[in-house]
Amino acid sequence: MKQDPKQTAVIVGGRSDIGLALARRLARAGHPIVLAARRAGELAEDAADIALRHGVDVRTQELDVLKPEGYAAFLERLPADTGIVACVVGLLPDQQAVEGNPQAAQQVVDTNFTGPLLLLELAARRLAASGAAQPAVIGIGSVAGDRGRARNYWYGAAKAAFAAGLSGLRQRHARTPLLVMTVKPGFVRTRMTAGMDLPPALTDTPEQLAELIHRALRRRRMVVVPWKWRLVMAVIRLIPERVFSRMTF
Amino acid sequence: MTRAPLSGWGRYPVLPCRLERPADVADLRELLRAGEPLIARGNGRGYGDCALQPEGATASMLAMNRMLDFDARQGLLTVQAGVLLADIVDAFLPRGWFPAVTPGTRFVTVGGMIAADVHGKNHHAAGSLRRHVAWLDLLAPSGGIVRCSPSENAELFDCTFGGMGLTGVVLRACLRLAPVRTAWIRQETVVATDLAQAMDAFETSASWTYTVAWIDCLARGAALGRSLLFRGEHAEPGELPEAWRQAPLRAPAGRGWRVPVDLPAFLLNRLSVRAFNALYFRAGARAPGSRLVDWRSFFYPLDAIGDWNRIYGARGFAQYQCVIPQAAARGGLAALLDTISAAGEGSFLAVLKQLGPQDGSFSFPMRGYTLALDFPVNPRTLALMEELDRIVAEHGGRIYLAKDARISRERFAQTEPRAAAFRRLRQARGMHPRYASALSRRLDL
Repeated sequence: MKQDPKQTAVIVGGRSDIGLALARRLARAGHPIVLAARRAGELAEDAADIALRHGVDVRTQELDVLKPEGYAAFLERLPADTGIVACVVGLLPDQQAVEGNPQAAQQVVDTNFTGPLLLLELAARRLAASGAAQPAVIGIGSVAGDRGRARNYWYGAAKAAFAAGLSGLRQRHARTPLLVMTVKPGFVRTRMTAGMDLPPALTDTPEQLAELIHRALRRRRMVVVPWKWRLVMAVIRLIPERVFSRMTF
Repeated sequence: MTRAPLSGWGRYPVLPCRLERPADVADLRELLRAGEPLIARGNGRGYGDCALQPEGATASMLAMNRMLDFDARQGLLTVQAGVLLADIVDAFLPRGWFPAVTPGTRFVTVGGMIAADVHGKNHHAAGSLRRHVAWLDLLAPSGGIVRCSPSENAELFDCTFGGMGLTGVVLRACLRLAPVRTAWIRQETVVATDLAQAMDAFETSASWTYTVAWIDCLARGAALGRSLLFRGEHAEPGELPEAWRQAPLRAPAGRGWRVPVDLPAFLLNRLSVRAFNALYFRAGARAPGSRLVDWRSFFYPLDAIGDWNRIYGARGFAQYQCVIPQAAARGGLAALLDTISAAGEGSFLAVLKQLGPQDGSFSFPMRGYTLALDFPVNPRTLALMEELDRIVAEHGGRIYLAKDARISRERFAQTEPRAAAFRRLRQARGMHPRYASALSRRLDL
């Protein structure tokens, strides 16, 4: 059974639960994997596990999303057959701690917006020029970016900016085979949300989200939202601002 | 954190336990430092109270589930203890490797298999799991990590197999996998109309890799012990039909079933079990003598039915598994079967198997015959099992701790003269009282 060799998939934020789940799903489909993160050496066991289970090549590569000066060198070192770059980096801060705190606000914006968008912008340019068949860059936004709430508006605002940036990037490369995918999850059960009281019916596991992304990748979908959240957000977007501003959720 | 009801696979007993989910060794050390009794838990497939700790912490090892290394020359696979056997089969059967020893379910962790020193249908020739583990890393009560193998810390290695997690937390292990060329088993069925024939069939089938018998535990009189003995060999590619030879290591997955609710206990009664057993025996006797069976059906028939433990109703069930030494086997098995069929408390799943020699100083297997049955838990069956304990003790046998939920401390001491040495080791090395479970408390280990 000979199959086409699959392109390498790069997961930036390879330590996160969503990143690892996505890496596993893509490895199962036969893609070699690069896990990129800070202190990438600590991911050696995860890399070995994915490689052994799925029989693909998995390597780790050092990257700090908060240091954009390192992006070019990072992309330079990626395998030549790289066809997918996914950025699942994100920081969900304690909103109260960010309000009125310029440094904390800067970090939220850099981690959720500036860093990921700059990185995917550079990756998109490289993939579009590489001649790879069906290349893709994937960014993880959030439904929290669709409407700002008192509880997490710094996070939501950064995710909204990221989504707008990806939309522009998509237009920029519309005449190339490059797919720019925006994923907007709802609640996901991860270490980032551990301890939060999440409604089970609206909460996905990282594995479910990874499955959704993988399916969307095969169908070349541009914007991906879990269907339950599409319904929820359709309603939330319709609420007049005067009413929404007084709601407490 | 709060305690929540927790049980083993038999759903008896149910005890309030605090289930911790350590992500790494540091989390485990944190639990040790807290100073309360600790027991590791795998996938919860031990039947009774071996992975329950109602007074301290029960540590689920499922998050520590990475495969770390594979040496394809020797078939040596290094994994963290929380890796499921099912994952190993999924990853390595397509590459031509199969577990050298496998229990009757693949939904067990490597750590759990080591703690129970599991055996399989090939025990008479291959021995239990311990023979196929090159080394393991154990978290000592001090928080240190101890590498154990047959040549390094050999006593600890020995007692950890069958030690039910009471020697420490297994962190990593290196397993020897066995090469196979297909995912199929050539199976033959031998019909035995009574116990003597069944035992003879085991003796004459000793050269087969796998042997196991289904036994009708409700048959009486002349038919006492009537059985269907299944023996199997890994099929070679040449034995497969042309269509399968293209991908000999892939066998189709059948459709999975689940038991959606707890069935009412009255469905399992003397009549229904007797009728099932009679039909099953006749069907087996009529079936062709030799056929090809896929690996799932041969090794893991019950894994196809999710939550099958629910057929025994909400009160749960107890699995009774004992071994009777070879010399006393004929008389011992006859006495056990007589008592069971007279009580009329039979189960669909009664298994007879000949075991090879004893390897370990606290492992279950010994040369002889092992009998395993399920009983729904009720006052009658609990009394019956105590009677069976007495017969086992009388014949120099012992019971399997991975299955047990109820043997009394006194009877256990009678069947396990080896327990004293195990207890001494635990005390000398500080494992007691740091590593403890509901089982260790019940049996004073």
